[in-house]
Amino acid sequence: MISNYLLELAQDIVMRARAAGASDAECTIAEGEEFSANVRMREVENLKEAGSRGAGLRILIGRHTGASYTSDLSNDGIAHLVKSAIELADITTEDPHAGLPDPEEFGTLEGDLEMYSPDVAELDTAFKIEIAKRAEDAALTSDPRISNSEGASFDNYVGRHIFANSREFAGEYRSSYCSLSTSPVAREGESMERDYWYTMARGFAGLEAPEHVGRMAAQRALRRLNAVKVETQRVPVVFEPRTARSLLDNIFEAVHGMSIYREESFLAGKLGEKVASDDVTVIDDGTLPGLFGTSPFDDEGVASRRTVVIERGVLKSYLMNTYAARKLGMKTTGNASRGLTGNAGIGHGNFFLEKGVQTPEQIIAGIPNGFYVTELMGFGVNVVTGDYSRGAAGLWIRDGELAFAVSEVTIAGNLNDMLRGIEAIGSDLEFRGSVAAPTIKMGEMTVGGK
Amino acid sequence: MRFSESIFAARFGITRQDLENYLGEALSQGGDYADLYFEYLVTSSIGIDESMVKSAAQGVSMGVGVRVISGERTGYAYSDDLSPEKIRKAANVAAHIAAAPAKVEKFDLNEGRKHNLYPVLTAPTETAFSERVDLVKRADRAARAFDSRIFQVQAVYADNLRQVLVATSEGRLSVDRQPLARLSVSALARQSGGPPQRGHAGGGGRMDLDYFLKEKTPEYFAHEAAREAIAMLDAVEAPAGEMTVVLGPGWPGILLHEAVGHGLEADFNRKGVSAFSGRMGQKVASELCTVVDDGTIGSRRGSLNVDDEGHPTRRNVLIENGVLRGYLQDKLSCTLLKAESTGSGRRESYAHIPMPRMTNTFMMAGESDPEEIIRSVPKGLYCVNFGGGQVDITSGNFVFSASESYFIEDGKLTRPVRNATLIGNGPEALKYVSMVGNDLRLDEGIGTCGKDGQSVPVGVGIPTIKIDKMTVGGTA
Repeated sequence: MISNYLLELAQDIVMRARAAGASDAECTIAEGEEFSANVRMREVENLKEAGSRGAGLRILIGRHTGASYTSDLSNDGIAHLVKSAIELADITTEDPHAGLPDPEEFGTLEGDLEMYSPDVAELDTAFKIEIAKRAEDAALTSDPRISNSEGASFDNYVGRHIFANSREFAGEYRSSYCSLSTSPVAREGESMERDYWYTMARGFAGLEAPEHVGRMAAQRALRRLNAVKVETQRVPVVFEPRTARSLLDNIFEAVHGMSIYREESFLAGKLGEKVASDDVTVIDDGTLPGLFGTSPFDDEGVASRRTVVIERGVLKSYLMNTYAARKLGMKTTGNASRGLTGNAGIGHGNFFLEKGVQTPEQIIAGIPNGFYVTELMGFGVNVVTGDYSRGAAGLWIRDGELAFAVSEVTIAGNLNDMLRGIEAIGSDLEFRGSVAAPTIKMGEMTVGGK
Repeated sequence: MRFSESIFAARFGITRQDLENYLGEALSQGGDYADLYFEYLVTSSIGIDESMVKSAAQGVSMGVGVRVISGERTGYAYSDDLSPEKIRKAANVAAHIAAAPAKVEKFDLNEGRKHNLYPVLTAPTETAFSERVDLVKRADRAARAFDSRIFQVQAVYADNLRQVLVATSEGRLSVDRQPLARLSVSALARQSGGPPQRGHAGGGGRMDLDYFLKEKTPEYFAHEAAREAIAMLDAVEAPAGEMTVVLGPGWPGILLHEAVGHGLEADFNRKGVSAFSGRMGQKVASELCTVVDDGTIGSRRGSLNVDDEGHPTRRNVLIENGVLRGYLQDKLSCTLLKAESTGSGRRESYAHIPMPRMTNTFMMAGESDPEEIIRSVPKGLYCVNFGGGQVDITSGNFVFSASESYFIEDGKLTRPVRNATLIGNGPEALKYVSMVGNDLRLDEGIGTCGKDGQSVPVGVGIPTIKIDKMTVGGTA
């Protein structure tokens, strides 16, 4: 069903806020339908299905702000929403940098960004259960050491996002996704390990085959068996794409405009400086069709774009919304992001490390003694100082080959040194979400073990 | 509070007969069990940054979740609209998990016993904003006044009032009003030329606003945050490798949450995927360790009068003198395992399926004097504050990240140490506990636990303990 009802409702909420005394207002409405099917040991475990929607309002009275949200879109619910936001402007401080984007910043990308695929809404439940069963079955039948599983799930979502403000911006877009994952448990003697694999796409046609998902998950669980704890030592560390991606999350936090103006990032004040090795180019691009970080406009109504964050090791740009940009005397990069409530925060589009030329095998082949990290655990990254210390599991590299499984160890360093110490970047860049990285080799880090 | 006084009866006009009808629809295709979870949630938050109150937000969300269990299968649907048509539609969607004739026609809904752990007359969410905004302003001023090297302060005050109603096909009817409030302060310190360091503190619980005015004031949390930031200015590189670790009392109890708590949730054990599966009655910790999960402690962040399946919460002994004694059960697990309810079925909201979860998890006090514990260590690490933690249930490996720690050298605390992750294995780590202090302390009330994408508030606690061997993930 295509209807302008919610777009009109958002514009109406903005008008009602203006009538109630707001000098400016912006309204977000989100509506979505979710479905998930979980199977375990070849039987259906959970089926979940529902739809929901909600509205968020942010107002300004002069330079004072207030915000509210509701899941009640009735007339009374909207009246309460408006009153709630207005009354909060009394308790917030006058902030000279608060406000909507400058008029020339508003915009939206034209053309099909391939964010919505109609096939997702048309899949029937029995088919989705079957897909999940096939993925789990492929894992369970791949090796006798896999006889248990945490199950498999098929999830899908279709939604609509609406944004309108008092400067005449009004826009909406639909999006969809579906995903399939499975998590088998491998066992040999006393050793028990699980791992997972998943595939996710805007439309069903974009998913990997269920059998592939199952086999990948099984291989990953199996190769973790009989892991040992190694001696504490300094060695080259290779991050496979799944763990390399988390380093991109750390870089994103460090170039986050809010962290920059508060000086709570190790990259604050380093614009134009060399912060990483020559091989490192990091891009944020919200315009790539079909990918998960793509949108026509950001959550302030500013058009999405491509921003080069780090170019051949030199820090080129922070990622900013209007507020952070004003604090820093710069222009928004179209990275405003928010849920239904509150002031806009900062999010990324498709945030990725550009690929290099070597295959992962070539990178590993050049390492006599090192650690190939397939899993990272915990929250031991301090973006203020760059201190990095996380739990890790993976495979030990001996004479250029993956030799044996390692777990219950830590890897530690400082992001300042780690980014400068990147010695090789793989050619295996793949988007399995809005943050992506190929294989990365760090010159040396401390592996903490026995 | 009784059903008739609840917002669902009083404002939305829902009757017992309505509830019985919806349960009837939910079981119209057969099924062994059904429940309804109604939720009305009001939230507010106020944030200060650069000494300006830059954000203030409030919101309302409501909905109902309908669950049907048939054998090991669960059907779930929810609606954010409390009109009878929408609730019936959700009940019919959930009903499709079963495929048999309806068995039950009549449900006698009875309100059972429950605790009264948070008798808060006026929830913080119901007070004037002018009172609450002062909390963040006071925190900002106090942190800045603590030391001239503090250059950035952020404070966030957030509260919510959750009203819930659970009705089950077994006749259970529970309503509860769950207030929750939290104040957190983050401070950044810098001294000439060096990099900044952050300190963080916060707390709260299911109490009225007076708690922040009389007991744990904004100044208390602000000073804690500022003190930690200043202390870390002189921090040296953390060591790497196995060593003796002493955990201070309170929040370091996160060790128990990660090392054993998750591994003892019954869903993982029912499926045989936990490192603790099949170890009931076995020794999994030193005999000095008794670990409890208790949802009945007054005013605590992790406490509940009834769990999210309508069962009264309990005090559950997980490990007794080192021996594994119990799992945490939700409705589905205790039916399948033929076990007794532990009051541990929790969910993030009406849009989520309940799971076995922790409430307040802590280790009982031992007999050692905490100072004696530190004196007994020739060389080691003393950790007093942590960031988050994580566990791999299946291998049992867990981590938690120390944000404030000190070297112990010759039985004395010496230099502060930079952030480091500690890693261990659940069924093994607590076997190395060689001393347990007499100073059990619960945390300040700041923890949120995530599992399968669902977040719920929890508490932890621990006395000072000495672990003879644990891997520390530093660089030195």
